[in-house]
Amino acid sequence: MIPAEFNYEVADSVDHALSLLAGYGPEAKLLAGGHSLIPMMKLRFARPSALVDIGRIAALSYVEQDDGHIRIGAGTRHHDVHHSPLIEAGCPLLSFTAGLIGDPQVRHKGTIGGSVAHGDPASDLPTVLLALDAEFVLTGSGGATRVVPASDFFKGFFETAIGPEEILTEIRVPKLGASSGWSYLKFSRRAQDWAIVGVAAIVERSNGGIGSARVALTNMGATPLRASSVEQALAGAERDAIPAAAAMAPEGTSPTSDTNAGANYRRHLADVLVGRAVEEALGGP
Amino acid sequence: MTSVTMQPEGVAPARPTVVAGFTVNAASVRLTLDPRESLLDVLRERLGLSGTKKGCDQGQCGACTVHLDGRRVVSCLTPAVQVDGQAVVTIEGVVAPDGTLHPLQQAFIDHDALQCGYCTPGQVMSGLACIAEGHTTSDDEIREYMSGNLCRCGAYVGIVAAIREVADRAEA
Ligand SMILES: Cc1cc2nc3c(=O)[nH]c(=O)nc-3n(C[C@H](O)[C@H](O)[C@H](O)COP(=O)(O)OP(=O)(O)OC[C@H]3O[C@@H](n4cnc5c(N)ncnc54)[C@H](O)[C@@H]3O)c2cc1C
Ligand code: FES
Ligand code: FES
Repeated sequence: MIPAEFNYEVADSVDHALSLLAGYGPEAKLLAGGHSLIPMMKLRFARPSALVDIGRIAALSYVEQDDGHIRIGAGTRHHDVHHSPLIEAGCPLLSFTAGLIGDPQVRHKGTIGGSVAHGDPASDLPTVLLALDAEFVLTGSGGATRVVPASDFFKGFFETAIGPEEILTEIRVPKLGASSGWSYLKFSRRAQDWAIVGVAAIVERSNGGIGSARVALTNMGATPLRASSVEQALAGAERDAIPAAAAMAPEGTSPTSDTNAGANYRRHLADVLVGRAVEEALGGP
Repeated sequence: MTSVTMQPEGVAPARPTVVAGFTVNAASVRLTLDPRESLLDVLRERLGLSGTKKGCDQGQCGACTVHLDGRRVVSCLTPAVQVDGQAVVTIEGVVAPDGTLHPLQQAFIDHDALQCGYCTPGQVMSGLACIAEGHTTSDDEIREYMSGNLCRCGAYVGIVAAIREVADRAEA
């Protein structure tokens, strides 16, 4: 399996990458960890004229924090997101989930930016970032940046808000407070596999009940989805409201049928997993 | 690294090539590469290091696992041009210069951790990394952290036992 011909360029900075992208035009693509793009190129589903390798831009790989946020460079590998003490302390849901991606070899190469930019609804991090109300920093020509909230970012199957001459440079994640419980449940048949369905849940606890809940779904449609009906049903609710709320999880979804599962089975899984994830995030008895 | 992409007018376009230098098992190599060549194909076809195996060529089986700057990666999804300036270690670099097997290789034999042997070089490279990373506190943890390496012959029980033995010995 050999990809179609392409030119290869190494970018040593974000500016350099942007000027290479502009030079090669819309048929060029960025290469980060290559763990989604190279398989597609080998199958010739993707045939970029040139690859601009941003995998060696050290300045794109970092984890920093300010008062309310963790800021993660787009080039940070899944392994490093999983092991970052800052993310573990400020947003354990994210470091936990990064450790569930694929297998150790995949996590050593794949990047958080590549995972978000690829726009694959079966990916784990986009769902978690959507539940966390993360923001994505896009850098365009001349270094101009714009910030897109996760709710506006995932446009369709393999489609995001990133423009042809833009690079995703940073992911900003609001820190979870002490009253937040969280869960990510990934249903797959083998440890290494993609999620058949995944569920991220964040619960703000209040007096033993639920103050508010954020719930997002992996692989239940063309993009990661927020389960809004579930969230509304859980707002200010007690624990015993969880099963009825979880039953609304399939509302507004459009899961596919494939070799792993039919659409009906995916809807069933969404219901069951949302119930379990919210229970886990709420914690206690 | 330099990238050569220019083509004189009126001449059939030259294939883009890129020069990359890296080390393989501590030996320096410098190659003119087609950017489409995977590290796996370069190891096997250009450098004669056929110990690294191609199972799926899609990142799913782990047969092509090598160490890149000390981290295990699949060489089939690693374009060779990308390892410019980096250090690659393959199964050929694991055996002692006098031919003595690495303790983990010996443990694979002692525990019948293979049948056909096709997945074995990848299992050994991944197992060495699993031990170095410290993911051997329980058999379950070994299984989780070896999940990137499939064995069609189902020698998993022996593989876990071999890794367990070497990890315990290293700790003792
Ligand atoms: C065997 C296997 C199992 C896997 N299992 C899982 C899994 O369980 N869960 C999961 O979520 N993922 C899984 N993955 C995918 C993995 O997480 C990928 O690494 C990730 O989706 C893409 O990241 P990358 O850095 O490899 O991106 P690349 O493949 O390099 O790029 C992907 C796309 O994003 C674009 N891109 C990359 N970086 C940027 C940027 N900074 N700005 C703009 N565009 C950019 C590229 O141009 C390309 O179109 C698996 C992959 C493999 C091979
Ligand atoms: S050949 Fe590389 S993972 Fe299967
Ligand atoms: S020994 Fe045959 S595939 Fe593992």
